[in-house]
Amino acid sequence: MCFSRSRSASVTYQVQECFGYLPPPALKEISQRTNIRLSRVYGVVTFYAQFYTEPRGRHTIRVCRGTACHVKGAGRVLDAACRELGITEGETTPDLMFCLETVACLGTCFLAPVMMIDNQYFGRLTPQRVQSILRDYQTKQ
Amino acid sequence: MIKPLTSIDELSKLRAELAARPRPEVEIRVCSTGCRALGALEVCEALEQEIESRDLDRRVRVVRTGCHGLCAGAVAMVIDPPGIFYQGVTPDDVPEIIQSTVLNGEIINRLCWADGDRVIARQEDIPFYKHQTRLVLRNCGVVDPRSLEDCIAHGAYSALPQVLSAMSPEQVISEVLASGLRGRGGAGFPTGRKWQFARAAAGELKYVICNADEGDPGAFMDRALLEGDPHLMIEGMLIGAYAIGSGQGIIYVRAEYPIAIEHTQIALARARQVGLLGTNILGMGFDFDIEIRQGAGAFVCGEETALIASVEGKRGMPRPRPPFPATSGLYGKPTNINNVETWANVPRVIQQGAVTYSEIGTEGSKGTKIFALAGQVRNTGLVEVPMGTTLREIIFDIGGGIPRGRKFKAAQIGGPSGGCVPPRYLDLPIDYDSVEQIGAIMGSGGLIVMDEATCMVDIAQFFTEFVQKESCGKCVPCRVGTKRMLEMLTRITEGEGELADIDRLERLGQMIKQTSLCGLGQTAPNPVLSTIRYFRDEYEAHILEKRCPACACQALLTYRIRADICTGCTACAKVCSVGAISGEPKQPHTIDISTCIKCGVCYQTCKFQAIVVE
Repeated sequence: MCFSRSRSASVTYQVQECFGYLPPPALKEISQRTNIRLSRVYGVVTFYAQFYTEPRGRHTIRVCRGTACHVKGAGRVLDAACRELGITEGETTPDLMFCLETVACLGTCFLAPVMMIDNQYFGRLTPQRVQSILRDYQTKQ
Repeated sequence: MIKPLTSIDELSKLRAELAARPRPEVEIRVCSTGCRALGALEVCEALEQEIESRDLDRRVRVVRTGCHGLCAGAVAMVIDPPGIFYQGVTPDDVPEIIQSTVLNGEIINRLCWADGDRVIARQEDIPFYKHQTRLVLRNCGVVDPRSLEDCIAHGAYSALPQVLSAMSPEQVISEVLASGLRGRGGAGFPTGRKWQFARAAAGELKYVICNADEGDPGAFMDRALLEGDPHLMIEGMLIGAYAIGSGQGIIYVRAEYPIAIEHTQIALARARQVGLLGTNILGMGFDFDIEIRQGAGAFVCGEETALIASVEGKRGMPRPRPPFPATSGLYGKPTNINNVETWANVPRVIQQGAVTYSEIGTEGSKGTKIFALAGQVRNTGLVEVPMGTTLREIIFDIGGGIPRGRKFKAAQIGGPSGGCVPPRYLDLPIDYDSVEQIGAIMGSGGLIVMDEATCMVDIAQFFTEFVQKESCGKCVPCRVGTKRMLEMLTRITEGEGELADIDRLERLGQMIKQTSLCGLGQTAPNPVLSTIRYFRDEYEAHILEKRCPACACQALLTYRIRADICTGCTACAKVCSVGAISGEPKQPHTIDISTCIKCGVCYQTCKFQAIVVE
């Protein structure tokens, strides 16, 4: 019993990899197959930042809010990204192009302030560079 | 491919064989982990192509190593011999590096570390390295972490045979006890004592866990160790498991560290393949294996009982102790949890012996500590120093001081659980006990340097916001208390605070410390309490004068254009996204304060320093 339970998180993770997020039917399915109550599955999913219950954008922007980034102006970087995309932290653009998230620390403090778009790092940012990076992404599509 | 090792002799023989292998004349060690963010892999590929096209394969070898430590110099590489350190390398520099440095022995000055006119080429002469004691990080940045052969040739798994063949579990524990090794994850509990409890606990099935859920913002030493020398930690866990009597290990690593996960997975698979993990390890009748679990993004899971809940597939919430994990941990079984750096210290303790190991450090804190040096400091990176080193040595001798001629204001030690240390303690020897006395904690070793442009109230608010978000919500003091603290701090940074708020913050902070369930809540008020203790005048300036002395709190700032300096170049007006700047070309411009959103773009754009922040 405890075995299947401890694996449920990795099952959930794999399901999310398939859909990009965890729609309600998927949660139900996980609950039935792992024999764990839906409320428990939902509780776990909503506890961790890495699980999503809403559809995701094509690109995920992660603005680092670590201490080093903070003292080097991460707040302004985030503001610039919000302004450029017209959404706030935790939201997805209506065209499902970008998700904007913040993370506690990307562990690349020497690049501060830093953000990641998908798997690419952008370091030593200024509000202006954020603007031009995001515009590049938008025109590339 | 190495054959499975079935005895200690075979491991020694293998090590001798690997050492006797023909060596390339020159090794180029490129940091391909942390420096990847700035294109290290492209540099490696360019090097390999260049070497192949010049037919130098036999003479020159490119090693994709872990972190060299001096992250400010990314992409960094070492050319050995003669041990030249190059920084800021791009693929375009590669042909010149091969031609001038590798073939002709000439140094390329522009790629060297420099302080003004002083150029230093050799790694060991650079002040950043000269003042360090790299005991745990010795092979980080030297070995290829994905190659077991390379790691063994550099001494990996040299403590394990000694433990398995010549020491009883009790002897191992007493050796670790005698070494004075304390947990590097935060609280500094003596590692040997922890092992004793787990060994003494009843039960056949016991677990050892490596806590690699490095959630402190501004800490990246565990990441670097996992990425750069994973076998060191695995060896530490093997020794610990033998001492405790455990057959199953788990590494709990945060999902935000993809390279660390990849390298650890490779290391585990290789160790398993050659019989360093599995059943009857080295023919000594000891069984042990390790699996990886990924954290799913919750800071509180760094707390040991929350981590256990998370491994069990539950919400990562802590529970009251006792019972301690040593008696009832994962699935109710005796469990020993140590953090990455602690495990990585264990092989060093055994190799050197407790006596030699404990010669480094202070009375109560032995060995070295790795700090992640970041913030407003020249040489950001990973620094390993003996316990008892002063902040001045770390920040100024190793870190190179504060850039742009600004003044040092505070060092934040220990992340959200730690505190801000003012300049008057720059000469205090840093160890577990001294740091705690001045209101911070060692924590995992994040060390963020702050200069005069950093507002201490803003920092307190920043950390409180962080712990508030990360509070799991189980106990009231942490869930509600940090929320109330955050509200008060936000009021103060917006100029709406009152003097009584300072007393309220102190009272509430003490209460949260005393009554919270786990370490997260018990230490959450530290950043606030320590900044009130040392920087009360800044709180008062925000409250009484509605002014932020560091010009960092946005609500209390105004941007203004100095008409005597402004040339009317219109650059600021063009970049302003809300159209708050107006003026005729070649005439001084003005900012309309009511529409200005204080984004600071104009300030950074102005080439004439005509825009001032007040």
